[in-house]
Amino acid sequence: MKDQAEKPRMPTESGVPDPFPFMHPTLKANYGNWDWHDRPRAGVLHHVSKTGEEVWTVRAGTQRQMDVFTIRKLADIGDEFADGHIRFTTRSNIEFMVADEAKVAPLVEKLTAEGFPVGGTGASVSMISHTQGWLHCDIPGTDASGVVKGLMDMLHDEFVQEKMPNRVRITTSCCQINCGGQGDIAVNVQYTKPPKINHDLVANVCERPTVVARCPVAAIRPAMVDGKPSLEIDEKKCVCCGACYPPCPPMQINSAESTKIAIWVGGKHSNARSKPTFHKLAVAGLPNNPPHWPEVTAVVQKIVQAYKADAKHWERIGEWIERIGWNRFFELTDLAFTKHHLDTWTGARKTLNTSAHVHF
Amino acid sequence: MKDEANKGKNPIPMLDQLEGGKWPSFVTGLKRLRDEGTESNQAIMNDLLGQLNHSYEERLGFWKGGTLSVLGYGGGIIPRFSEVADKFPASKEFHTLRIMPPAGNHYTTDLLRQLADIWERHGSGLIAFHGQSGDIMFQGCSSEAAQPAFDELNELGFDLGGAGPALRTAMNCVGAARCEQSCYNEIKTHRAIINRFIDEMHRPALPYKFKFKFSGCANDCVNAIHRADFAVIGTWRDDMKVNQEEVKKHVAKVGRKYTIDTVISMCPTRALSLNDDDTLDVDNKSCVRCMHCINVMTKALSPGDDRGASVMIGGKRSLKVGDMMGIMIKPFIKLDTDEELEELEEFAETCIEFFADNALEHERVGETIDRIGLPSFLEAVGVEADPNMVNHPRTSSYVRTDDFDEEADKWFERKAAEAGLTADAE
Repeated sequence: MKDQAEKPRMPTESGVPDPFPFMHPTLKANYGNWDWHDRPRAGVLHHVSKTGEEVWTVRAGTQRQMDVFTIRKLADIGDEFADGHIRFTTRSNIEFMVADEAKVAPLVEKLTAEGFPVGGTGASVSMISHTQGWLHCDIPGTDASGVVKGLMDMLHDEFVQEKMPNRVRITTSCCQINCGGQGDIAVNVQYTKPPKINHDLVANVCERPTVVARCPVAAIRPAMVDGKPSLEIDEKKCVCCGACYPPCPPMQINSAESTKIAIWVGGKHSNARSKPTFHKLAVAGLPNNPPHWPEVTAVVQKIVQAYKADAKHWERIGEWIERIGWNRFFELTDLAFTKHHLDTWTGARKTLNTSAHVHF
Repeated sequence: MKDEANKGKNPIPMLDQLEGGKWPSFVTGLKRLRDEGTESNQAIMNDLLGQLNHSYEERLGFWKGGTLSVLGYGGGIIPRFSEVADKFPASKEFHTLRIMPPAGNHYTTDLLRQLADIWERHGSGLIAFHGQSGDIMFQGCSSEAAQPAFDELNELGFDLGGAGPALRTAMNCVGAARCEQSCYNEIKTHRAIINRFIDEMHRPALPYKFKFKFSGCANDCVNAIHRADFAVIGTWRDDMKVNQEEVKKHVAKVGRKYTIDTVISMCPTRALSLNDDDTLDVDNKSCVRCMHCINVMTKALSPGDDRGASVMIGGKRSLKVGDMMGIMIKPFIKLDTDEELEELEEFAETCIEFFADNALEHERVGETIDRIGLPSFLEAVGVEADPNMVNHPRTSSYVRTDDFDEEADKWFERKAAEAGLTADAE
């Protein structure tokens, strides 16, 4: 103990770990030498290298926030049914690689039996990319894992089969910073009221110039309130974005009633066919309603099913709407188009229709 | 008996409802740690569940931030202190260690077990694979446990990731390890760049965060264009490779109309047509390397041989001016040799230095570019204007152009030099 106190351990600044010691041997042997791939069934990828070597990948959904028992169970499955190597996708799906096709069916069966749905490949609804929410974040308006659990329970069938027109990438975010990112469908917190300021705390907790500078619409000013240095908000200017809350928690943006959920559609990361796009507002004002968020799941289901029924193969949600027009999108999903769908932010004019093209 | 078994456990009626359904339940995992974990895991998880259920009932979050780091570093830990510690004292400190995973998220089962064992001993036993910025998130430890937990992870070869105004943890797609569409060595590039600037990650001193992401092709599986300040996206500049026999087989299998509807008509630049003998006609000069036809006909089509990458700069999420995508800054660089990789590292260094010197506090580099204009940014980082940087040239005439002829001369000189290089090579 005393030695430690005298000579503290300094970190080994080793940076990003080398993955090759952990990589499946077939992947390592064929690094940079792959030839083609196909998908023998939903949840299974089959890659063939230029030397003719083959590898099968079985992809399964996880809860992302994993307890050590779940992690050990996945490790045991990897030892018994695969080759002892795994990887994770960017959407928290786990992938088991096997060099022997005979191992695929028992692995799929085992994962399914243990409650890890096999799927998430090709034209499916993959796992939702999500944030931390009430479990760990310091500014969330809602939970993440709970919302995702409800949505994935509902979308389970679309995860384990490839029956959508193209892949569907859903994201959720617990505040308007949107850490969940862009999605074909994005389920994001939308604040509806300006922050309520706790004037007793501002002077001690907040660096006031930083908070003033953080406001995107210059609605926050320094002010003396009850003889104490604090801040005030021009509520007519405030866009309720919540940007002042992280640097200054007394700017209370969240409340049980005013924190709502909005759903956005048509975001796309890939450059395939159309250029990448941002998601667009579909509906706002949905209640933040734990533990099942039924109003949110109902709208997501409606959008997913309308897309499934109407889109052409390979069209992503945004591309489908581009073809059928927003008029038809709102008809097919029974959602309202309101003045709040008209963008008012910088660059808004580029989002408006300045042509005679009209969808009927 | 039931009451006896639940003695001392916080009631969590809202969370209990999230155990049904077909998707793996995180609540079931948390409860298992509460019931079967180590003594410490059990206590932490009981109160963590209690606080989370309290959030579900009140519809509010109850964590606040703070500062915490390990010896020698200034960032990488996300501190969380409970605001309801009086009700749930065992999880009053519930910090997260952001740890960089092996590039491309490759693990052995043994490694997974070692990571789980460490976190079972020092933390709550809850780990997320992975967070949105690509870290393994070891969630839930006390302030005093952070150092010994990090020490063990560090001894195992792992290092803290980024947080705050600093270089952040990066990501790369599966890439060359298992994908024929990979256009450069994503793992090597990722590790070279991040490890070169690792000091910027561990000792936060930038105006705001700076993120790199590495995708092997334009499918951009790590969402680099949307999420990275500096995105490296694989591409190629020679002709796409076509195996006409496989094209014919594809058409025979799925039909001519279906091939036209899903491949030919979906080409964004009308660069494809189907010949009368069911082979493919490709206008490679018009192709933008979007990847669609290659995604559909994986056996028949593939990227060309002269592979490399594009660099796009300025992507970010909403805060505070709205979401931005990266702008095409370098349409094509080669990354085959160590010298070529070194050139990219040096360009990245120039960009980080520009960001450190010129961005306002809490401004991402994309916002800086908007504020000063792309020409000023290009001048600062030593890149010439290129038509691939725009959807179309400016539409506003409000610009001073009295040096237009000199700028045009530079363009023609550059073009002549490129032509000369090509002639030499031939």
